[in-house]
Amino acid sequence: MDGHGRRLRRPTTPRWGAWLGWGAAVALPLGFLAVFFAWPVVSLVLQGFFAETPTGRELDLSGFAEVLSQDRTWRIVGQTLAQALTGTVLSVLLGLPGAYVLYRCRFPGRTLVRGLVTVPFVLPSVVVGVAFRALFAPGGVLGWAGLEESFAGIVLALVFFNYAVVVRTVGGMWERLDPRAEQAARALGATPWRAFRTVTLPALGPAIASAAAVVFLFCATAFGVVLVLGGLRYGTIETEIWTRTTQFLDLRSAAVLSVLQLVVVGAALLVSSRARARRERALHLTSDRVSAHRLRLRDGADLAPALVTLVVVAGLLVLPMAGLVTRSLRAPDGSWGLDNYVALGTTGGRNALTVTVWEALGNSLRTAAWAALIAVVVGGLVALVVSRRPRRAGLRHAVGALDAAFMLPLGVSAVTVGFGFLITLDRPLGLDVDLRTSGALVPIAQAVVAIPLVVRTMLPVLRAIDPRLREAAATLGAAPGRVLRTVDGPLGTRSLGLAIGFAFAVSLGEFGATSFLARPDTATLPVVIYRLIGRPGAENYGMALAASVVLALLTATVMMVAERLRGDRPGGEF
Amino acid sequence: MNLRITAAAAGAVALLPLLAACGGGTSSDGTSGEGSSTVTLVTHDSFAVSDEVLAAFEKESGLTVEQVAPGDAGTLVNQLVLTKDAPLGDAVFGVDNTYASRAVDAGVFEEYQPADLDPQVAAYAPDDLAGVLTPVDRGDVCLNLDDGWFEEHDVTPPATLEDLTKPAYRDLTVVTNPATSSPGLAFLLATIGAFGTDGWEGYWAGLRDNGVKVAESWEDAYYVDFSGAGEGGQRPIALSYATSPAFTVSEDGTTSTTSAMLDTCFRQVEYAGVLAGAENPDGAKQLVDFLTSAEFQADVPGQMYMYPADPEVELPADWQQFAPLADEPFEVAPADVAAHRDEWIEQWTATVVG
Repeated sequence: MDGHGRRLRRPTTPRWGAWLGWGAAVALPLGFLAVFFAWPVVSLVLQGFFAETPTGRELDLSGFAEVLSQDRTWRIVGQTLAQALTGTVLSVLLGLPGAYVLYRCRFPGRTLVRGLVTVPFVLPSVVVGVAFRALFAPGGVLGWAGLEESFAGIVLALVFFNYAVVVRTVGGMWERLDPRAEQAARALGATPWRAFRTVTLPALGPAIASAAAVVFLFCATAFGVVLVLGGLRYGTIETEIWTRTTQFLDLRSAAVLSVLQLVVVGAALLVSSRARARRERALHLTSDRVSAHRLRLRDGADLAPALVTLVVVAGLLVLPMAGLVTRSLRAPDGSWGLDNYVALGTTGGRNALTVTVWEALGNSLRTAAWAALIAVVVGGLVALVVSRRPRRAGLRHAVGALDAAFMLPLGVSAVTVGFGFLITLDRPLGLDVDLRTSGALVPIAQAVVAIPLVVRTMLPVLRAIDPRLREAAATLGAAPGRVLRTVDGPLGTRSLGLAIGFAFAVSLGEFGATSFLARPDTATLPVVIYRLIGRPGAENYGMALAASVVLALLTATVMMVAERLRGDRPGGEF
Repeated sequence: MNLRITAAAAGAVALLPLLAACGGGTSSDGTSGEGSSTVTLVTHDSFAVSDEVLAAFEKESGLTVEQVAPGDAGTLVNQLVLTKDAPLGDAVFGVDNTYASRAVDAGVFEEYQPADLDPQVAAYAPDDLAGVLTPVDRGDVCLNLDDGWFEEHDVTPPATLEDLTKPAYRDLTVVTNPATSSPGLAFLLATIGAFGTDGWEGYWAGLRDNGVKVAESWEDAYYVDFSGAGEGGQRPIALSYATSPAFTVSEDGTTSTTSAMLDTCFRQVEYAGVLAGAENPDGAKQLVDFLTSAEFQADVPGQMYMYPADPEVELPADWQQFAPLADEPFEVAPADVAAHRDEWIEQWTATVVG
């Protein structure tokens, strides 16, 4: 605090300025969410609750009684909860050792492995579905395990997608955790397990709850992979909404199911925020340079997590991906080579595409850059607002509600959002542009999905900043803007790189809402992959897999660069 | 220091696409703002046309064609119905005979059919669609066979729908779910056309008992389960298209490793139409005329791998050999499909999935 310590009286003018600033920080994200998420979703759901009658549109809630009285509905709800809960628990249990090994230990190739685990997160679900089925099907590598069309098979695929969320969210916190508290416990005679359980685990609580909430939402709304691996027999609320909306245009049932989905998601968010609030407190954050140690394989405390991580990474992540890579290297004529990659410069066998895969890659990079920019600005503001703990209870609850609201896009069906866009965003807000077909909506739709991840990545770090630091700065006379700049800024930007990476990666892989807005001339990479795999011919199949590998490599690179973007100043300077 | 340079470089790389997007954004705004000179075609993700053919039309008509493809063929009609008060464009291509009636009943289209339409082409639109929708192309959804498998196992290949319920073909067939895939729906309709509204459920019970596998999507059935795709699948009978065998032709172009069972087919016809409430209805009409023109029709086989509606068009040489259409495909009137589709799918689900 350089030299301003003498000005003890707080300046009075910045007070309403601060309110104005915070007001804007709340209003901008809320406006964004309202226009590009709430309005479309609510409009579509309302269509289901209004019936066309000769006298006009009338409210008709009979759909509730009808849908809720069917056994099938409750079977689907049970199936959704079972899949999502099992997927979440398993992701967290396997992800914790992963977070420790990849963020608390140093070993050669760590950056590479960190990039690798993120890849599944953005692979198009249609490709993952086919890759997993190829493993599980009779004749596949895991054909003997009887995983085809099984609950276990679906859960494994869900863990495949979501492992990275736990590893990154928890790892990001863990590496900043001051190791001295745990070292002290050990010095006082605690076993490694006891020290972990009583010192480290409670400190990680908020990050774990945060990750679990995100994973649960992803699992509860997983669509492609559940459909491909499980079929309608393992239908979830999400697949049922999709079928009802896109195939039957039965908006009445879809609306009731959307409300059910919202209840499930809302309950999950409530549980998670309770769990977070109970554990949350200021932590002593430090630089990862201080906290990380060299991986000691002779020490049981390192060996066990290292083994678990090895098994998960090799068995669950690398195996399906290796299948993809191997197959992508087999040329249409059966020989080995890069033919499929060379073909990415074409529009596919028998003109499967209207743009080449490289052009689609360019489109993807452009839209993802815009989406990441929007997501980081909007999500960053939300994280900043939500990181504060106002003294007044009313304000505190409002902050909590804001937090939950921005998680909803992960918990609402992409079909509902996509169809919602189509019925609302025709010249919205008096603009003379049909947003639905202008192409401008694509990055916005991707940003809506990326914002929750930006918030969840930045929030644990911002929240862990000791409020006394800010108070001290303010007492010493720093204006609110200066407090932000000097206290929140340096610590917060450390998570910014990761947030940008996540946002960019999610946008690169987004397919659900994007596919509703696609223009053939500006198709993104996932859209193109989806088209290629939808055509017969070894050439198209090979190209689809090669394009998936390119998408995977790109994602891993983005995440690795994002990690390097993080600030590197140690936290001890305060 | 080193890190900061990396960071700056990465930042610059991240900014590049943004700049490029700014450039791209202005040019596309320029074309969409001119109103009547632009015509927007709403279609599905399988639509394709040669650049030269499209450019020639644009030059001749003075129109700029924009394409919007909000999904696959199955969802297109529902999207049209939902957006009928504020249509996504001016003309549509890709509505097929399994869904067309729903869109016509909902009042999605303006009445229009090209004046000089060949009567043979017009005949592909049944009465309830005539005058509103214009046939553009057609194709058959059929079961495909992995011929090599049958040779190798010394089993006579099946020929008819009935054959598939015989013990000799137990556990050999994969089809797709009519609730989630459009070829699946077409095949369900083929069985309804073949066995009638009273008999089809019994037929499916027979298929179920004979170990038919139901995949959720075409790619899933074809690439994972079908042995003929060469990806390690185990079933030599799979639901696909009559044209699919042309994709498995050998290097020298003399033989195909797969063939279609031409007595198991359902004929799909794809239509074009003018959307009610179009901003540029004249442009939309010209676009529909263009889709039925000799130039576009000749472009259909090579671009979309469908049979053009125009019978005069000369087909690629290998089509006669590897991808002929069925002589007598099964049919169900679009009006019946519209009236019963949802109920049929639900009965099918109860019978086959349980």
